[in-house]
Amino acid sequence: MKRTFSIGGIHPKENKFSRDAQIETFPLPYVAYISMAQHLGAPAEPVVQKGDKVKVGQVIGKPTGFISSFVHSSVSGTVTAVEPKGDLAGIPVMHVVIAVEGDEWCEEIDRSKGIVREIPFSAEEILEKIKNGGVVGLGGAAFPTHIKLNPPKDKKAEWLIINGTECEPYITSDDRIMRERPDEIAIGAAIMMKALNVEKCYIGIEENKPEAIISIIKAASSHPGMKVVVLDKKYPQGGEKQLIEALTGRRVPSLALPIEVGAVVQNVGTSLAVYEAVQKNKPLIDNVITVTGSCVPLQRNFLVRIGTPFSKMLDAIGGLPKDAAKFVSGGPMMGKAVANSEASTLKATSAFLLLTEAETKRKEESNCIRCGKCINACPMGLEPYLLNKLSRIGGMYDELEKEKIHDCIECGCCLYSCPAHIPLLDIIRVSKAEVMNIMRNRSVKH
Amino acid sequence: MITTIIYTIVCLVALGLLFSVVLYLVAQKFKVEEDPRVDIIESLLPGANCGGCGLAGCRAFAEEVVKAPAIGSLFCPVGGDATLEKIAAALGQEAVKTEPRVAVIKCHGTLDNRAKTNIFDGYASCKVMASLYSGDTGCKYGCLGKGDCVAVCKFDAIHIDERRGIVEVDEEKCVACGLCVSACPKSIIELRPRGPKNRRVYVSCSSKDKGAIARKACSVSCIGCGKCAKVCAFDAITIENNLAYIDPSKCKLCRKCFDECPTKAIWAVNFPIKVPVAPRQEEGQSPIVNNES
Repeated sequence: MKRTFSIGGIHPKENKFSRDAQIETFPLPYVAYISMAQHLGAPAEPVVQKGDKVKVGQVIGKPTGFISSFVHSSVSGTVTAVEPKGDLAGIPVMHVVIAVEGDEWCEEIDRSKGIVREIPFSAEEILEKIKNGGVVGLGGAAFPTHIKLNPPKDKKAEWLIINGTECEPYITSDDRIMRERPDEIAIGAAIMMKALNVEKCYIGIEENKPEAIISIIKAASSHPGMKVVVLDKKYPQGGEKQLIEALTGRRVPSLALPIEVGAVVQNVGTSLAVYEAVQKNKPLIDNVITVTGSCVPLQRNFLVRIGTPFSKMLDAIGGLPKDAAKFVSGGPMMGKAVANSEASTLKATSAFLLLTEAETKRKEESNCIRCGKCINACPMGLEPYLLNKLSRIGGMYDELEKEKIHDCIECGCCLYSCPAHIPLLDIIRVSKAEVMNIMRNRSVKH
Repeated sequence: MITTIIYTIVCLVALGLLFSVVLYLVAQKFKVEEDPRVDIIESLLPGANCGGCGLAGCRAFAEEVVKAPAIGSLFCPVGGDATLEKIAAALGQEAVKTEPRVAVIKCHGTLDNRAKTNIFDGYASCKVMASLYSGDTGCKYGCLGKGDCVAVCKFDAIHIDERRGIVEVDEEKCVACGLCVSACPKSIIELRPRGPKNRRVYVSCSSKDKGAIARKACSVSCIGCGKCAKVCAFDAITIENNLAYIDPSKCKLCRKCFDECPTKAIWAVNFPIKVPVAPRQEEGQSPIVNNES
């Protein structure tokens, strides 16, 4: 039996339409809108002004706190504005707007095709290079990678875990990079192993990607301690805590970080970005984005410069498909609806999904019949129906905390499995934010 | 047969007497001393248990009033001055007059004024919607129209006008308890003094966007032009973050600002309709609302 996590999980339809589409380089946008808040933590502070000339790879935003990251220009041209603009949710975020002129790269970036296998750097140098390259977790949360690779002194990492599960339906960007650039991913993993000083590395890939499994096994064979593990297909296997359990059998306790059980998890995309930042001096300026959906005539995987507007991606697939009703940045389970088509791609954008009205339409909510499907589906072992009920009463924060609402990973399994179509996640998410806020305030006071 | 019944009755009566004595003794031993005035005051209160006073309910209010040295700091928004006078009389204190207030919606982004830019198909709750994104119109400050305020109102005083897509306060029913104020994730509801004859002037907009952006999103937004502040003879209007605010304590209800406002973001309610100023009425959407008729 193939390995997987033990509690909950669902099997949504895969819909990986674009899995056989080779990665294509997306044309440069005319104007790039580069957000300063592309990572978890404090937004970067712009270091360029209107009228400045910038090159590809030049720093345009510097970190402002401990958990923060550099932001680099993904295009060359002239800065036309540094101003707040709506992100994909319409909430204003500081952006650097660059009018694209040509494609001039910074000199120190190695643009040759060859693969650099030797890792001559020390752990400190690697962390410094990753930090300067603005590398963040590309699995979705965009947590700055150099912080994750530098655990507290009293904690020792045992494993590096590379997440190649890609359990979200539709998305194929990780699948494609594993098939097309396996050597770089394996070297990236080896670099991170060196930075963490660990001997063991697991690469977890779900069984529905046989080509990726073969190519990664081939690439990993030359690195000692690196092992590819084929996992059963189940959503949300790509969740950090679920993946750790599937691979190591250890369960991360509530409110604890993965390092508590000796694991550090990085995405395959991050691994590739680490390789490029360390071996090629290339900061994180582009990423592979799947453009897909049942209404999209041509399913594609694009290598897109960060800051390309979503509207430009619509042009690339031949304009807005007739029956498209909803744009989603990311997958259908955890992605965010794009409310503002003027928004642009971020470092952690993995897919641009177009859904038809029939696919997105919510069914009418009816009463809870206490069937317990949400409890069976929850990968964190929570009771979504109870959290929903307590949330709707209002003010039951102590009870919600006792029911561990803060453990919710917002994967949407409860909502997916509910036969009464109760918007469980929508309601739980709001109370989770409130409970976490209360907990944070309490910890500040003490 | 009959003896069994007699025995049963005797036994039960004896047990009843025994337990009543025990209960009496226990009640004496664990007696909670309570101010008898609490009950009297609770009976004077409206009994809505709305929490508008800031306490857990009417009983908590009564307990607090009895303890407090003066009623000054406590106010029941539902009962208003009439109730407070009664309470003051019961406690032998002097009542403090407060100005009656009413909830006002600081947004008038109806469907005609503020076009939808996207459709929200999630759970119909303002709180959920606000946690996800800026809203289904170009304005990120205005009313989301999903009715969290309607759900919390215990007095049926706030409603969604489905046709126009905005909330409206029924000022006759509103008691200014403030529940809607705290329920609104966009903080667009304000408690303002009702004003003489219910007449009041306020800015019916919460947009802090710059003029051009605000105007593009909504035709009746405050663009922060400052004309109202200039024309005001009483220094009642301040402009902060591209948004005007009329201080009700300074406003003398002259309505100069109302006439001056280029976007009709300033509202003057319950005034008799002005006859000579023609252009405003012609547009049909005069914000003058006459509730007195």
